[in-house]
Amino acid sequence: MRKVIDWLENRTGIETLIRDFLYEDIPDSSGWHQVLGSMALFSFLVQVVTGILLAFNYAPTPGEAYNSLKYIVTELTAGSLIRGLHHWGASMMIVIVVCHMIQVFIYGAYKKPREATWMVGVILLLVTLAFGLTGYLLPWDNRAYWGTVVTTQIMGQAPIAGPYLQRLLGGATGVGVVTFARFYAMHVLLLPPLTMLLIGFHVYLVRKHGVAPAVVETEPRKKFFPEQVFKDTVAVFIGFILLFVLAVAAKVPLESLADPTDTTYIPRPEWYFLFLFQTLKFLPGALEVVGSTILPGLAILALFCAPFIDRGPMLKIRQRTVAIGIVVLAALGWSGLTAAAYITTPKNLAIAGGEGVAGWQKLTPPELAGLGYYRQEKCVACHLTGGKSGIGPSLTKSPDEHRSAAWLIPFFKQPAKVIPGSSMPSVTLSSSQLNSLAAFVVKLTADDESALMSTPDFVTDGAMLYQAQHCNACHQINGAGTKLGPPLNGVSGHHDRAWLEKHFRDPQSTSPGTVMPAYKFSDKEMDAICRYLLALPK
Amino acid sequence: MSADRNTGPELPESRRRFYLSFIYGIGAVITGALTIPAFVYLFFPPKTQKSGDWVDATDLSKLTDNTPEEVVFRRNRVDGWKVTSEKATAWVVKKGADQVIAFSPQCTHLGCAYHWDDGTHTFICPCHTSAFAMDGKVLSGPAPRPLDRFEVKIDNGKVQLGPLERHA
Repeated sequence: MRKVIDWLENRTGIETLIRDFLYEDIPDSSGWHQVLGSMALFSFLVQVVTGILLAFNYAPTPGEAYNSLKYIVTELTAGSLIRGLHHWGASMMIVIVVCHMIQVFIYGAYKKPREATWMVGVILLLVTLAFGLTGYLLPWDNRAYWGTVVTTQIMGQAPIAGPYLQRLLGGATGVGVVTFARFYAMHVLLLPPLTMLLIGFHVYLVRKHGVAPAVVETEPRKKFFPEQVFKDTVAVFIGFILLFVLAVAAKVPLESLADPTDTTYIPRPEWYFLFLFQTLKFLPGALEVVGSTILPGLAILALFCAPFIDRGPMLKIRQRTVAIGIVVLAALGWSGLTAAAYITTPKNLAIAGGEGVAGWQKLTPPELAGLGYYRQEKCVACHLTGGKSGIGPSLTKSPDEHRSAAWLIPFFKQPAKVIPGSSMPSVTLSSSQLNSLAAFVVKLTADDESALMSTPDFVTDGAMLYQAQHCNACHQINGAGTKLGPPLNGVSGHHDRAWLEKHFRDPQSTSPGTVMPAYKFSDKEMDAICRYLLALPK
Repeated sequence: MSADRNTGPELPESRRRFYLSFIYGIGAVITGALTIPAFVYLFFPPKTQKSGDWVDATDLSKLTDNTPEEVVFRRNRVDGWKVTSEKATAWVVKKGADQVIAFSPQCTHLGCAYHWDDGTHTFICPCHTSAFAMDGKVLSGPAPRPLDRFEVKIDNGKVQLGPLERHA
């Protein structure tokens, strides 16, 4: 071993290089507050490793991107763990980078001669945010698509540079294949090497000027290795455990495939951009551009120039009240805006694509069709939900309080005959439709109600069509129907939208010999039934 | 010589040793926690292995006894996150009224497409001159094992092919 090392040392000088790097003198005052830089570097490395692994099974074009990511998280062992590490690692990296900056800012460690180190650091912060922004689009689900629509629109508002920036990001004619290609290229080709260069330069500058000493520094100086490296390792390990637990325990959402026609979707940026999102709510009309681009631009400029604004001599940390005040104010403002954004943005009704079961996914097609009729007949006009009574009684009841379907159906037909004096108009639907409606109404419980009421329209439309065409005569969903044909739960795992459409139009072309008849659906019907079927749980 | 310079004088040896083992130990733990999932992710097969559906390859009536026939049919292939419908071929040999053998159309040596040679009554691979008998056995050449076969069943006069069974 020693021989190999000596040979390497003689030919390359690598041992001396590593030794010189590790046995750097650092001030006696250094310690736990300086672990954040190493943590930031580590979290970048985790992103590199997990990012490369994801790219091994990822198809970087819209649509395919979604399918391949779904394949990664559902079909591949440890796939969802690796995606989890990459997703949460991104958030973690931003947290660490910001904490690193706050520490340097409070200590005033950016002062002469370390201005350049700080400025490179500010650029690294921007690069980190650019990673988050471009990576957000890559899953190509509804969240990614709509979030990016808003982002590219905001960029377009920037004075002078706006239209160019938008063109550069491929967002000039809306978010589409060009935007996707640009975001992907930036995320995996431009930003990683740029980050590595900047990190290299940043670390070089730290070494050139040495770690910033305290105002009153006691001798002797310490070595970076192993004492400080030990502290860095402890911190890195804690961070890594936290990240790993998050990746295992907190499922990363993969919503349904990006749908530009989905008008119900409420876009929301990633949490670290929420404060900006919220700022825009306070600035109407012409002032919006101030909040979306001018203010953030000025803030970054101020950050960049901090070493030139604060030129006084080094102070003890207790005396740096202004710096601490700025950090506290910024933190308060940031958390206030973020919290407000969380509270005021309505919860999304969108359904989870792979993981997590939306309320409606537990229902059978007749029950969902019943919900469709419930909406179609405007039952909600009189029967308020949420346990409140409107003109009619609340229909939210515990399962054993509910009337039976056998009571409900004749009641729907002629309400006044079953309850004399009832002012409810009769429901003019066919018997099988009334069956569905009754099947749904008995499912309304306090626990499920809000989840059920937020069922997307394509689901109820699809289920109504499914019932009307008697698909249940051969197929089974959530245990309802027969198994003459294949059960349809989890059909998205076997077939895609194009296959389904072809299958409906000409079953023999996709499944030779099948007894399934051909269906002539309108485009709208085809859309509803395909989306409904593809969103079915496993 | 550098060792003396590098050990901080104020750092007791036992503490230094503790630091070193902690750093290397945690380094190994983190490396393991990343490489094991990476290995599993890259090398384990996808979770749902779809057993190939049975597909109609040809009609029994179109085959003559002991005359290998190349048949073309369509089958679905699971390819990562996609299911592709693709053209596939097989060499089928009818053996009596109700027995049909179907060979995968690739030579077991390096996957070249072979063909039936009427003159020599053998399957011949053009790449490295492997030759197989009508029952798939290797007659000559570098092929390591007999031709691979599809599972076959005959249903209503149709020859249906199932998944490949690798010949031992």
